[in-house]
Amino acid sequence: MTRSEFEEKLFGVLKWISIVFFTIISLFPLVYMLALSFKPIAELLTNPAQWWPSLEQVFSFETYKAVLRPVGEGGFGFTVFIKNSAIVATVTVITTLAVGILAAYAVARLNFFGKKTISVAIILVYLFPVVVVSIPLFVMFSRIGIRSSLYALMIVYLASTLPVAMYMLRGYFQSIPASLEEAGQVDGLSRMGVIRKITIPLAMPAIAAVGLYVFMIAWNEFLYALLFVLENRDLWTLSLGVAQLDNQEVPKTMLMAGSVIISLPVIFLFFVAEKFLTEGLTAGGVKG
Amino acid sequence: MSDTKLKRQKKSGLKRRESRFGLALILPAVIVVLLLVILPLFWNIALSFQSARLINIQDVKLVGFDATLRNFERVLSDREFWPVLRTTFIYTIFGSILSILMGLWAALALRKAFRGRAIVRGLVLFPYVVPVIAAAFVWQVMLNPNFGITNVWIERFGGTAIDFLGTKSYDLSVFGIFTMSIPLALITVIVFEGWRYFPFAFLFILAALQSQSEEIEEAALVDGATISQRFWYITIPALKPVLSVLFLLRFIWTFNKFDDVFLLTGGGAGTKVITVKIVDWLLGRGDVGAAAALGLILAVILGVVVALYFKFFYVEDTA
Repeated sequence: MTRSEFEEKLFGVLKWISIVFFTIISLFPLVYMLALSFKPIAELLTNPAQWWPSLEQVFSFETYKAVLRPVGEGGFGFTVFIKNSAIVATVTVITTLAVGILAAYAVARLNFFGKKTISVAIILVYLFPVVVVSIPLFVMFSRIGIRSSLYALMIVYLASTLPVAMYMLRGYFQSIPASLEEAGQVDGLSRMGVIRKITIPLAMPAIAAVGLYVFMIAWNEFLYALLFVLENRDLWTLSLGVAQLDNQEVPKTMLMAGSVIISLPVIFLFFVAEKFLTEGLTAGGVKG
Repeated sequence: MSDTKLKRQKKSGLKRRESRFGLALILPAVIVVLLLVILPLFWNIALSFQSARLINIQDVKLVGFDATLRNFERVLSDREFWPVLRTTFIYTIFGSILSILMGLWAALALRKAFRGRAIVRGLVLFPYVVPVIAAAFVWQVMLNPNFGITNVWIERFGGTAIDFLGTKSYDLSVFGIFTMSIPLALITVIVFEGWRYFPFAFLFILAALQSQSEEIEEAALVDGATISQRFWYITIPALKPVLSVLFLLRFIWTFNKFDDVFLLTGGGAGTKVITVKIVDWLLGRGDVGAAAALGLILAVILGVVVALYFKFFYVEDTA
């Protein structure tokens, strides 16, 4: 056997081993999380090797019920956190898209004074340490008295998702032929009309992808939520709610149930729009 | 007035209007960035030079320096400062490299089409897509010394349970010949980093591989180059630009990362990085000034490292 033949064989086998390896490491933690979230903790502690739940346990939803029940009834009040997270994330998507679409259009299509500086500055902002900005924002918002509110979170999430959104949308707007927009202008549309009636409908797939992406960032965010609303339980977002389950007194199976709850919408959205998202990720060099 | 002059005037009027329209469209974004990023940034500098405490946060000045260096003295003379800095660099460098190597490996394995590739490519992105909070807690539970699956398997093969995230240094016996002390919790956090962010590197590298022309590889194949030779002499050189961008991005983002370490270990067992230390100063000790000072130090170090990287290592995309 020549070296070349040997390598063909070797790497042919290694390739399949690698594919299996990567599939397992990507999927197994999620499967384990889901399985444990249904398991009664006592059973897990007596026999940790038996981590697969029985069908009965799955359909009893015991841990989930405990996590979702209001605090007054001995639960952890997750329904409130889900609501808070959904509100904050949805508002962030709307504001970021509104501001981002206009700004991205300006950078992609129009010539104006200071355009280059502004667009470079906004991209650079994206690379900047969040922690460094979070301290002054913490003090600033405390001073004007809005820190402990969902509005504060919406505002900082807008600021932290705007650069990505602009960057991704700009790329897409540039790929739309300018002639289509010129045709619209010839037909008597105003500049704003062109954006509303031609550019936005054409860019809808990209806008949807950016919207999903922004939603995920806001939904998953932890540091600002910790800094801003920790002392007021009614304002907790899901990530804070799950973090409070990381506690000696709470069974780890409930921690897993909380983790499943926060992951479900994200995984669902990912399945719906995988193609857009992966393209967006590589195009925008998305932060993580 | 001549005809051409009129035309020119009309044209410059159009240009002016376009300019005004463009500025109007971008104005909201500029205001957001100015108010919520640039202004806080400068204010962070001001904060780091005044003594500001969480308890009297309402007295913190918006402008004006106390011109005190006490915050920096406190931060730099803290006994944890140098260990934390060292941990941050180890975590950042090895975490970045590991995620890129794993991403490269996955991209090579999934490069050529096969049945089910689309599905595998989607699944492989999971670690990156799952909320960090869920990912960190699953790892915590999987590695739990009492009932985690990892230790179930270790014990099944006759070992003793290991507390991966809670052991600062672990005496590893190498073939029973000698023992070596390894920073186990830090290594575990780095492996988590590699696991969580390899899909990011994978996407970039796969896109780069697929946009490469196949002619050179085919020519090399005709010349009898083996797979490993083609990898070292063709694929890797061609990937240099994307690898160097990836390292830069991963380095910056890992250096600034807070959630992962905080959620996995809370900064215990020798895993405390600068960002966790900053939040420590802020919430743990209520020392806003010191937190701001350390934040400034973090930004300066990062700036210097990135500048050095551009000067010495960055490979520009010539294609």
